[in-house]
Amino acid sequence: MRILLVEDDAEVARFVRKGLAEAGHNVEHAANGRDGLFLAASESFDILVLDRMLPGGVDGVRLVETLRAQGNRTPVLFLSALSAVDERVKGLKAGGDDYLVKPFAFAELLARVEVLARRPTMDAPATRLKIADLEMDLLARSVTRAGKRIEIQPREFRLLEHLLRHAGQVVTRTMLLEKVWDYHFDPQTNVIDVHVSRLRQKIDKGFDKPLIHTVRNAGYMIRAEA
Amino acid sequence: MSPPPYPLGAPAGGWEGLLRFLRSAGFRFALLFAGIFIGAAALFALVLWYATAGSLDRQTDAAIRTDALGLIERWREAGPGAVTEAIADRLASDVEGTAIYLLLDANGVRLAGNLDRWPPDVSPEAPWSFGAVQREGSRIDARLYALLLGERHSLVVGRDVEEKQALRTLLAEGLAWAAVAASFVALVGAAVLRRAVEQRLRPATLTAQAIAAGDLSRRVPISTRIDEFDRLGESMNDMLERIDRLMDGVRGVSDSIAHDLRTPIARARAKLEEALGGQADAEALRMAMEQGIADLDHITRVFGALLRIAEAEAGARRAAFAPLDLVPLLADVAEFYGAVAESGGQAIAIDVPPRLDVVGDRDLLAQAVGNLVDNALKFTPPGGQVRITARAPARERIDIIVEDSGPGLLPPDRARAGERFFRADASRGTPGSGLGLSLVRAVAYLHGGDLVLEDATPGAALPGLRASIRLGLA
Repeated sequence: MRILLVEDDAEVARFVRKGLAEAGHNVEHAANGRDGLFLAASESFDILVLDRMLPGGVDGVRLVETLRAQGNRTPVLFLSALSAVDERVKGLKAGGDDYLVKPFAFAELLARVEVLARRPTMDAPATRLKIADLEMDLLARSVTRAGKRIEIQPREFRLLEHLLRHAGQVVTRTMLLEKVWDYHFDPQTNVIDVHVSRLRQKIDKGFDKPLIHTVRNAGYMIRAEA
Repeated sequence: MSPPPYPLGAPAGGWEGLLRFLRSAGFRFALLFAGIFIGAAALFALVLWYATAGSLDRQTDAAIRTDALGLIERWREAGPGAVTEAIADRLASDVEGTAIYLLLDANGVRLAGNLDRWPPDVSPEAPWSFGAVQREGSRIDARLYALLLGERHSLVVGRDVEEKQALRTLLAEGLAWAAVAASFVALVGAAVLRRAVEQRLRPATLTAQAIAAGDLSRRVPISTRIDEFDRLGESMNDMLERIDRLMDGVRGVSDSIAHDLRTPIARARAKLEEALGGQADAEALRMAMEQGIADLDHITRVFGALLRIAEAEAGARRAAFAPLDLVPLLADVAEFYGAVAESGGQAIAIDVPPRLDVVGDRDLLAQAVGNLVDNALKFTPPGGQVRITARAPARERIDIIVEDSGPGLLPPDRARAGERFFRADASRGTPGSGLGLSLVRAVAYLHGGDLVLEDATPGAALPGLRASIRLGLA
């Protein structure tokens, strides 16, 4: 994927570039808002990763507003040290698609970037999600594995649905709390892990190949091969 | 930066001082007062003048007109001779000696009357006039009415207004003196008023100056009058209290950061340094680095929690306030932590009415209740139960109660629970940062409520803790 990173801090920029490049992405970097806006407007990227506070007279919010005003719909991930809820709202209102607060784990950034860049297509809503021998019927709200019906709670259903929609991608604990429970807070304990392990009990127990995998230091991923 | 304000009452010399004086609200109020006072006095004088001097003039004119009409009547009835007679009669019966007549024939010869000659500037074309006339050798002020009788005879009828003029002058003088007195009273009154306004504002101004200079403990003294100025002072004091509390909060955060964040940072640093300096193998180094990152993550979380608490305490989080139903939120929290309870052999029971409407921050409320449930689960033994209850015992009031069946909190610990980083001795062994209840308390305050801790079943071996968020109490 082609990613534009607009970040003024050289060390953070180097770290992010290196990490994204290692994950197989092609990263362009701009160190200030004006260059970033120029690049974003003149070339085509799959995703923009923007710092909120930028030198050069154009901050992250202005940059996104300008792009959106030009009809540019490239997904934008804000990367900011401004953590207050107002700031998050401001960033998302300006046209940002996701918001990550510094300091951040690279795995979290990568997971969010990949989920953002490959969002499920909205025009053809899927009614069935499938991976290996696991099938989910969104209309009947039923889950089967190898033809065997699995009883599942509504919240577990949403959790599994979210994992399936992002099959092959890392989904972090925070992303699950935001997307499955729709809350933005720090639960302090490993509650998400408990929920995922309950789901795993139902989906993977008694089958030879596990589908839900823990990604060390990052989160979870559902995928067919081990 | 604006220039520092002049201390009130201190002399500020030159033009600047004068300008400042002219621009002061006190001066403008005083000017307004003086204007109104002088206006009222002028209106009073006008009415007085109209009723006295004006009335005298109108009386004179009416008398002259009646007199003239009488003479015209005589003329019509009997001609010049009768008029001459009538004038003679009237002059004879004029005791006060104020009547003035002059009848001239076509050639300008005097037929009757007491004027020496036809007064200048008097003609039948502009009949009414006022001026000096020559009567029997002496000059007097008179009001005159001139008219033509028949084709050729001209007649002037008038009254001597010498005395009335004197009266008028007296009245005018009186009014002039009254005007001077009124202006004086207005100016003195204005000065008194200006001073009074300034005096009443002075405590507030002095307090504001002291606060601006850094003394946040000062308050505006309130008099016993409870007037507008006292209400202003009370509002200022309320504002200052709030600022003071916020400043305390900020100080609390910096203290917390200084005391409690340094420790984990020092720990992480020590571990990393040790790994770097020692003869560790690759695996041990890796472990140390992972541990270091975990420590940093922990510090970030503590930092985030501190910021959330500070934000909530400062009231800055109201941006996300919206009307919401607490019931699904509580159900979400119960479901969310239910998984944890199950894995610990505990149970979460929930008892809520069908609907509870509040205006608040959904994320913060969920986190507050979540923190309480999380705490309760930590201290409830396996097989125990955590109860989430919510009810609205009165209008505009909602209680959210989380009870556990654990050991509860000793009263002295209860009083300190909610302080940042406070952890009761019994809880030292469990994971946590000591910020959970601080956040709950801050969220409760932000939503106009309070956090109350008490025994769930007083007297029992395991009394349990009952934590109630009482919204709408404050």
